[in-house]
Amino acid sequence: MLITQRLSSAGIHAVLIAYSLLALFPLALIVINSFKSKKAIFRDPTGLPLGDNFSSKGYDSVLNNSDFPLYFGNSLTVTCVSLVLILLLGAMAAHALSEYRFPGDSLIGLYLILGIMVPIRLGTVALLQLIVDLGLANTLTALILVYTAQGLPIAIFIFTEFLRSVSKEIKDSARIDGLSEYRIFFEVVIPLVRPVIATVAVFSMIPIWNDLWFPLILSPGEETRTVTLGVQQFIGQYTVNWGAVLAALSVAILPVLVMYIIFSKQLIRGITAGAVKG
Amino acid sequence: MANTERPTHRRPIRWYILVFLAPATLIYTIFAIYPILESLRLSLFQANENGATFEGLANYARLIQEPYWAEQFWNAFKNNVLLFLMHMLIQNPIALALAALLSVPTLKGAAVYRTILFLPTLLSVVVVGFIWQLILSPLWGVTPAFMNFLGVGSFFKPWLGLESSALVTVTLISIWQYVGIPLMLFYAALLNVPEETIEAARIDGLNGWWIFWKVKLPLILPSLGLVGILTYIGNFTASFDLIYSIQGGLAGPDYSTDVMGTFLFRTFFGFQAQLGDVYMGATVASALFFIILIGVALYLFGVQRRLQRYES
Repeated sequence: MLITQRLSSAGIHAVLIAYSLLALFPLALIVINSFKSKKAIFRDPTGLPLGDNFSSKGYDSVLNNSDFPLYFGNSLTVTCVSLVLILLLGAMAAHALSEYRFPGDSLIGLYLILGIMVPIRLGTVALLQLIVDLGLANTLTALILVYTAQGLPIAIFIFTEFLRSVSKEIKDSARIDGLSEYRIFFEVVIPLVRPVIATVAVFSMIPIWNDLWFPLILSPGEETRTVTLGVQQFIGQYTVNWGAVLAALSVAILPVLVMYIIFSKQLIRGITAGAVKG
Repeated sequence: MANTERPTHRRPIRWYILVFLAPATLIYTIFAIYPILESLRLSLFQANENGATFEGLANYARLIQEPYWAEQFWNAFKNNVLLFLMHMLIQNPIALALAALLSVPTLKGAAVYRTILFLPTLLSVVVVGFIWQLILSPLWGVTPAFMNFLGVGSFFKPWLGLESSALVTVTLISIWQYVGIPLMLFYAALLNVPEETIEAARIDGLNGWWIFWKVKLPLILPSLGLVGILTYIGNFTASFDLIYSIQGGLAGPDYSTDVMGTFLFRTFFGFQAQLGDVYMGATVASALFFIILIGVALYLFGVQRRLQRYES
């Protein structure tokens, strides 16, 4: 009995390790080769970037001779501002939906989470016209507004579910203390939702940072390119310069990797908690 | 549980509710709902010399009948359906198997595996697309070298460039990236199976294998439904990013990887000799809207209801 148990445990580890390698190998290959000279990239793809093989030329051309720092700034601006808006406006709406009864409340609640099932991309044709009419074409503002609209439904859904499970007493006692409804939101509710903020943030952030569709359509201009679009365009131009291409890919991976290492616990907890409810 | 303490007599308008709700509702309505409805409206019009005229469902008829459009539409639709089926038959079973292994209670290091297996999901599709393009490239030769090492080098082909294998290859890349999502959903559902149920089955003499099939799987059926609908929606909309970054807007070779997303992009913006057409673009987008709506409706009324009955 013990032996079969050990054997099956070894088997399980073997399968999981094999799949983990499959998940990591392509990423490792790109990052390793991004530090190598062109010759070494081709001669010895799996070798480590040591000695003669080492070269940072790729990074040099990406960081100094391209607009990547600009794209980076654009992505950062778009992602952070959208995130703040999604979190703040989403929490406000979720607070209203979970705290107060008013005519049409459940209808509005349903309307606001409709966007989870209906992808906003389906409105692209009219959305582009709207953005052009508003004079927002090729601006970061356009992306921020669209991503906020895109991220709100899931944020409102998670916040509402969470706030409904929180006891009302604490809010009512604040009310007895004479706090206005606005102060209750900022001083009682915001601290209350803190545990789910990280979940909502990671959920909303990743699709925004990685999106190709809206930057390509709404803000393709040189000045407003995001990292994802920048990588896409950059690689098209520099297919010969393998070092630069690999470095560009690595640069695009890094921030997501760092965020993931910091937030992976919250993210996975968030997914598992959400699935348990759904 | 709602506010029973609230009296029913009239009270002043509670402005703060409006203040809390209005910003989110406005942004969402203007930039998400309005464009979708407006696109649906535009799909009923056609351009002519004095602007546009109402043509009813004529654009939809053209889309599925007029050879130029119908050929592209049905090709993209067929590829999307294939993409969906391959994800359902390959990605989701792999995810279920990995989740079953991860949820073995005595497993050590589950958190590490979990973190690694979910990692590719977080990367930009553009980045993933190019990574695999480079790895599969005959120019770089990493894959042929690896296959030679395994003694199957003669089977190497530039899969992404061949009409017969391009769609399958793109699908496998997409599975490599996205297996993490169904994996996590299954994993969460499996963790949620009550310990007593499993214990009871064990006392009845079932081994781990049969406990999974007879006890756990029926209990996690709702998450199978959820994964199904998420796969469906993702296939019809998000597949654009991967195919556009690997195969370009023409979804080559010879449109063999064309999906509704790339078709919509070409129709709306035009490509090479073909001019962009706002109204046909809106029509393709709206067709996509109805395709997704049908899927969601089937899920909500069919799968979901049957699952609930099964549970009770």
